[in-house]
Amino acid sequence: MFSEKMLASSDTSLAAGQGEHGGEQSAGELFKELFHHVEDRHEIDLPFFGHVELPHFDPIQIGSFALDISITKHVVFLWVAAAILCVLAIVAARKNKRSLVPSGLGNLMEILVVFIRDEVAVPNMGQQGVRYLPYLLTTFFYILIMNLLGLFPYGASATGNVSVTAGLAVIAFVMIQASAIRAQGIGHYLAHLTGGVHWALWIIMIPIEILGLFTKPFALCIRLFANMTGGHLVIVSLLGLIFIFKSYPIAVTTIGFVVAINFLELFVAFLQAYVFTMLTSIFMGLGIQAGGGHEEHAH
Amino acid sequence: MEAIGLGYLAAGLGAALTVIGAGLGIGKLAAAAMEASGRQPEAAPAVRTSMIIAAALIEGATFFALVICILLAIK
Repeated sequence: MFSEKMLASSDTSLAAGQGEHGGEQSAGELFKELFHHVEDRHEIDLPFFGHVELPHFDPIQIGSFALDISITKHVVFLWVAAAILCVLAIVAARKNKRSLVPSGLGNLMEILVVFIRDEVAVPNMGQQGVRYLPYLLTTFFYILIMNLLGLFPYGASATGNVSVTAGLAVIAFVMIQASAIRAQGIGHYLAHLTGGVHWALWIIMIPIEILGLFTKPFALCIRLFANMTGGHLVIVSLLGLIFIFKSYPIAVTTIGFVVAINFLELFVAFLQAYVFTMLTSIFMGLGIQAGGGHEEHAH
Repeated sequence: MEAIGLGYLAAGLGAALTVIGAGLGIGKLAAAAMEASGRQPEAAPAVRTSMIIAAALIEGATFFALVICILLAIK
C-alpha cells in the first residue's frame, strides 16, 4: 500500500531527524522536519541507494536578481515527467497509426485526447479551437503526470513547487494573449484594454486592465500549487502524528486516514489538471469570441 | 503577546475562517446540485460535472488564503 511505503520512506529520514534532535521532540521541530518532505530539496532519496546529492550551482546574479539554477528534486521530477510524457505520446501515436482500431495504450490516450477535444477545446473555442489542441493536450497530460508522480513512494510532485506552476501560468498567459491578438487583431486587442471609456479616463483604465490580465493566470498558478502542496502536507502531517504519539493503535487509525486521503489526492490530481486546462481554454475562448469568433482576422 | 505568538494565532484563526467560508460555499453548491438532480434525474451527470468544476474553483480561492496562513506560520 502506498501509505506503508510512504511511512517507510518518511520513517528513515524522520527517524534520522529524531536522532539528531534527540529525546522528546517539540511539535515545531517536527513540523519543520515534515515540511522538508514536501518542499524542494537538493538531494533525492532513492529506494535502495539512500540519499543522492544533486549538483549545486551558485546563483547567477542578474542585477539585483539572483537566479538559482541548481538541479533540485523537483527539477529532476520535471524531467522525469517530460520523459514519461514523450514516451507515452510517441508510443500511443505509433500504435494508432498502425491500425485503424485503437487498442491498448493507443486507446487510452485516444479517450483522453478526444475528451479534451470534445469537452474542453471545441465547446469553449469553437471549431478553430482544434488549432490550440496541441498546447491544451500538452498542458493537461504534463500536469497530470507531474501530479501523479507525487503519489508514488519516494516521489514528489513538481507542481508542488510554486516556480513550476508559475512557469505553467506564464505560458498560459502568453497563449491567452496570443489567441486574443490572433482573433481580434492587435488594434482591437489594444482597444479592449481601454475598456471603452472616455479617453480622459484611459490613464487610470489601462493600468487596471493590464493588471486584470494578470489575475487569471495568477489564480491558475496558486490554485494548482496550493492544491498539490496542501494535499501532501496533510498526508505528511497525519503521518507525523504517529511520531508524536508513539503508540500502535493510533498508528493503525492514522494509516487508515492516510489511505483515504491518498485516494482523495488521486482524484485531486486528475481534477486539477482538468481544471487548469479547462480554465485556460475558457480564457482563450473569451478572447476568440471577442474577436467575432473567427480567427483568420488579421495576421 | 509577542509578535511570534500573534503571528501563529493569526495563522490559526485565518485557516479556520477560511475553511468555514469554503465549507459554507461548497455546502450551498452541493445542496443546489442535489436539488437539481432530484428534480431531474436525467440531468444528474451534467449537474455533477458542473458541481465538481465549481467546487474546484471555490477551493482555489480557499487555497489562496491557506497559502497565506502557511506562510505566516512558517515565517
